Amino acid sequence: MLTPEQWTEKLVEVIARASTQLPPDVVEALRRGRDAEVEGSLARKALDSILHNIELAAGNWQPICQDTGTPLFWIHHPIGMSTRMLTAACEEAVRRATARQLLRPNAVDPLTEKNTGHGQAPGIPTVHCEEWDSSEVEVRLILKGGGCENCGMQYSLPNPALKADRNLEGVRRCILDAIQKAQGKGCSPGIIGACFGGDRGSGYVESKRQLLRPLPDRNPIPELDAMEQDILAKANQLDIGPMGFGGKTTVLGVKIGHLGRLPASYFVSVSYMCWANRRAGAGIAADGTVTWVD
Amino acid sequence: MAKLTLPCDVETIRALKVGDFLELEGRIVTGRDSAHHWLLERFQEDVAPLLAGSVIYHCGPVVKRHEDGHYSFVAAGPTTSAREEPYQADVIGRYGVRGVIGKGGMGARTLKGLQEHGAVYLHAVGGTAQVLARAVVEVEQVFMLQEFGVPEALWVIRVSGFPVVVTMDSHGNSLHAEVEKASRAKLDQLLGLAG
Repeated sequence: MLTPEQWTEKLVEVIARASTQLPPDVVEALRRGRDAEVEGSLARKALDSILHNIELAAGNWQPICQDTGTPLFWIHHPIGMSTRMLTAACEEAVRRATARQLLRPNAVDPLTEKNTGHGQAPGIPTVHCEEWDSSEVEVRLILKGGGCENCGMQYSLPNPALKADRNLEGVRRCILDAIQKAQGKGCSPGIIGACFGGDRGSGYVESKRQLLRPLPDRNPIPELDAMEQDILAKANQLDIGPMGFGGKTTVLGVKIGHLGRLPASYFVSVSYMCWANRRAGAGIAADGTVTWVD
Repeated sequence: MAKLTLPCDVETIRALKVGDFLELEGRIVTGRDSAHHWLLERFQEDVAPLLAGSVIYHCGPVVKRHEDGHYSFVAAGPTTSAREEPYQADVIGRYGVRGVIGKGGMGARTLKGLQEHGAVYLHAVGGTAQVLARAVVEVEQVFMLQEFGVPEALWVIRVSGFPVVVTMDSHGNSLHAEVEKASRAKLDQLLGLAG
């Protein structure tokens, strides 16, 4: 069994990887996007710069983006493991990663308006713990920047302006509207996580959990798979492009989940993730062996 | 790619057009939300000479403090500029700032300010914190570090070969306004909302 101190250091490793090494599926999608843009266009130049930046960050283990975001942890743990210990280890790992410049001191107390200086505050990081039957611990982490977080949107259906009723077509309309409203502000080309159903809180959490899915992952529910592919194709016809410069590459992927809803409520929650989709996953065995997972 | 050496005069800025690629050389100052409030609270005499003729960079960097006390930028891409929309035109006017570097573009009030005062909006590629940190050759000094913290402090830096694109010029043109309008028209057509 690992000690709390050893857990903390393992979690710092996960943070280091997320902050500096972009997952291969995202890099591949950005390369395809670059190749699709017109030679000499602003879109192509932006994607060239993005791809160069990814290489520099990976080679030097330096943060891909200076806004190292909110660390969002999803942890699966064996029966009987202390979630208080895991949460405390995540918090300490964030402080250590901040001291090592893997993260920016990114937590502000909104009451005093002071930056805490060490990257941690109530609610930062967010840690979701769930028990499972395996003897391993699985840690999945996303570093979600503030610029893209500000582009998130939540809709309450029906929405007459969008002609969006309480059905899948209504959901589709909301997600496309959110992509258009984000323009380049969320650092396009972005990745869309969405959830329909749930309440205002749980809907957003599920929309972010969808961002853990690698880009090639297809939705097992045929209607949702079709919607994901349709929104991806339509969004890339809007000519918003990388950084909102215009171009063919506006969105790299769309991932849609759903939760039960009350009869009275029908929410569509949309989270926008920047191209710097800093996602890391690790299986950590009882002896501390780490297996990286996409 | 053309070079823009800072500080510069207003004629140089008036010659720039939407779509121009530039490499910046010289001294610039970072500033985001807290800095913009602070600059408008009263005329900040210490910083004013550094801002005149130069540009403000919307950036909250990751910074390393070395043992001898000097600083270097570890990661330094642009932050979303839209948050400074209520303040930007006033800051430009009051301090004689010739431009802003950021991402995502700005709105009608800033566009009017750029036109009135002779300034431009320079878009850096969001998220390219390593590429841009490499173009920061020196951290000269810092204002309000204790009060605002690392991301919000005003860092006075010297850059070389710092790549940007003019996306809002001093003649009332905005690439962001164009893309917004065209993409809305396209979406309305796709969703059958037009007319």
